[in-house]
Amino acid sequence: MRRAFDEMSCEDGTVRQAYDSLNRWLSKVPHEILDQRRKEAEFIFRRIGITFAVYGEQNAQERLIPFDIVPRIITNEEWGRLSKGLEQRVKALNMYISDVYGKREVLKAGIVPEDLVYQNPAFRPEMNGQRVPHNVYVHIAGIDIVRTDPDTFYVLEDNARTPSGVSYMLENREIMLRLFPELFAQHRVAPVEKYADDLLATLRSLAPRGGSEPNVAILTPGIYNSAYYEHSFLADKLGVDLVEGRDLFVKDNVVFMRTTEGPKRVDVIYRRLDDDFIDPLAFRPDSVLGVPGLMSAYLSGNVTLTNAVGTGVADDKAVYSYMPDIIRFYLGEEPLLPNVPTWRCREPEHLSYVLDHLSELVVKEVHGSGGYGMLVGPMADKAQIEIFRAKLKHDPANFIAQPTLALSTCPTLVEKGIAPRHVDLRPFILTGSDKVRIVPGGLTRVAMKEGSLVVNSSQGGGTKDTWVLDA
Amino acid sequence: MLSRTAENLYWLSRYVERADCLARILDVAQRLSYTPVPTEAPTNEWGSAVLTAGCAEEFVARHGPLEEANEDHVVSFLAFDLDNPSSIRNCFEVARTNARSVRTALTSEMWDVINSSWIELRSFPDKALSREELARFLAFVKETSLRFDGATFRTMLRNDAYWFTRAGAHVERADNTARILDVKYHVLLPEQEHVGGPLDYFQWASILRSVSALTAFHWVYRDSVKPWLVADLLILNRAMPRSLASCYDNLSRCLDDIAGAYGRQGPAQRLARTTQARLSNRTIEDIFQSGLHEFISEFITDNNKLAAEITEQYLV
Repeated sequence: MRRAFDEMSCEDGTVRQAYDSLNRWLSKVPHEILDQRRKEAEFIFRRIGITFAVYGEQNAQERLIPFDIVPRIITNEEWGRLSKGLEQRVKALNMYISDVYGKREVLKAGIVPEDLVYQNPAFRPEMNGQRVPHNVYVHIAGIDIVRTDPDTFYVLEDNARTPSGVSYMLENREIMLRLFPELFAQHRVAPVEKYADDLLATLRSLAPRGGSEPNVAILTPGIYNSAYYEHSFLADKLGVDLVEGRDLFVKDNVVFMRTTEGPKRVDVIYRRLDDDFIDPLAFRPDSVLGVPGLMSAYLSGNVTLTNAVGTGVADDKAVYSYMPDIIRFYLGEEPLLPNVPTWRCREPEHLSYVLDHLSELVVKEVHGSGGYGMLVGPMADKAQIEIFRAKLKHDPANFIAQPTLALSTCPTLVEKGIAPRHVDLRPFILTGSDKVRIVPGGLTRVAMKEGSLVVNSSQGGGTKDTWVLDA
Repeated sequence: MLSRTAENLYWLSRYVERADCLARILDVAQRLSYTPVPTEAPTNEWGSAVLTAGCAEEFVARHGPLEEANEDHVVSFLAFDLDNPSSIRNCFEVARTNARSVRTALTSEMWDVINSSWIELRSFPDKALSREELARFLAFVKETSLRFDGATFRTMLRNDAYWFTRAGAHVERADNTARILDVKYHVLLPEQEHVGGPLDYFQWASILRSVSALTAFHWVYRDSVKPWLVADLLILNRAMPRSLASCYDNLSRCLDDIAGAYGRQGPAQRLARTTQARLSNRTIEDIFQSGLHEFISEFITDNNKLAAEITEQYLV
């Protein structure tokens, strides 16, 4: 594989202009100082309790995500292009979901094959023909972006259910401001702290009934959820209640929360709970995390759920491969952000190509996430490849394959000093009834291991602060 | 506020207070165990520590009869045993779990106390502590409750969240003081008075020490330690922060503030005021006459009843 595009240094060793001052600073500061600041950051994270849980790991109930203190820099011009593309993408996602649960023109036109909707486990027949408040489905989206050269940002994945990570975007910035004030003095970094205000404004704009002060709550599965810290962090920043299922009840199709002063009506629920768990009467009857009757209150139009129920029909990896066509179909525009070329193993020609090129490709499960259940061909040994070959033959429709992209690298603090490591980017796109809001930047995830392309935190990936430079 | 939030705050401070009390009980037991005891009247301070902590049943099931309780077993059971729901370690665990569930209702300073002490707790070995290590551990536990109360007092908004937090601490504290009295009431009874030997003095002083009141005693009574004065200080003296009267003054005030904010009085307020009145209208002579033991038992029952009323009225 050829050398990946490095966001700081060109191949001839010159440094890109945006990184100029950071690079000078990095070469000046002794390694021990950087290492000490890194430890300080870790100490603060641990102390604040910014931890996450990795399921299925014993004795590691709460882990820190490694934080890399070297910021990633994106220019204003690059961000301008990115944010236009993100807005376009999310707009199309919303129109697609609305159509799938409505007139299904996209299916009639043959843009997307029917079984990708009807046989999709995330498809919710309960939502057929229903209208959701303000006709917005994906209010909070996380679109994963990777970069391969100076000009190309690919969309790697759409997250339209309950994308997480935004608390790291915000906390990373806070820590950087504390540890490196001198760097901020040298750069004009676009602030991200407005995210909380933007999110609250978005959620309020979505309330089903009028009134000046809609009651917004965040619904969490509870403290054992891997993203619990984020749930409580957001509730705190928004100044809204963090509720669990047992704090809510439904009476006459209206949702109330139990308070020390009696029941209080709830208008908007930002739920961080999958569809399956929100209402044991409508979905999984064994769910103790949800609220009995919530779905019926929702369908009666008395409460807004964000994201809407059934958005998963738009964010698996098979639908992903149709996104460029979906954008063209609804918006009559060319996609501003390209897809990574994708082979759909459900199609026989694609499958046979994939089977012949397994050692070059990345193979992913259509419904997989978190970096689980995937094959990175160039890194895999023979046995792993053969396992995937068997899986593919057994159930081809469950897989897609993509070329192994040379993800861009960014300077990262490692044991031996500063070295390039592969990164991706997850910006967060908020869609209210009034407008779309995106704070500049997002969460940069970095594969801390040399050569590794897997940035997921469940697989040992770390995070970085992401700087969009103001002009 | 959410009922669950109020419940978590209330229990968070109860567990912090409980850990503090356990640390004092162990402190005193250790001190008494150094005191020479006449061989004809052997007492087992370690057994009585378990009794005071209110977990005799669980202890006996695990380590055998209280009379034979030894230091190692009691320290590990009351301080570190994860199977004892009221061990100091479990108090810290539950306090932190509660704190995590209501992080949004805590100030960052309060969270910091709970989280950092939970982290620090892991640095102590959980068995075979040397005497010095144990002393350091108990000091750490007591300091944690001081820091937590300090953070609460200095940083929390004075609203229902604050009042529920404080109400929990006062209910727990009243229970702890009452249980110390319940286990030791016999050494305070008049018929013991004529003995008045050095052992009694140590017993009385140890009661005071277990609620950090030995110095206060001298300031209040300007007298040598006498059993009825010890009882007076711990039951009726409003100036003494761990006395039952002071706990109920504070508790009533918290509950009234809550009722004021919500515009509604309820059974919890009435019950608290009844108990408060009973503590203001009595003298210690009265109490001794009608039976110290009965008085304390009744108080413990009423205190539990109030805790149940608070739960019923606000926390579910």
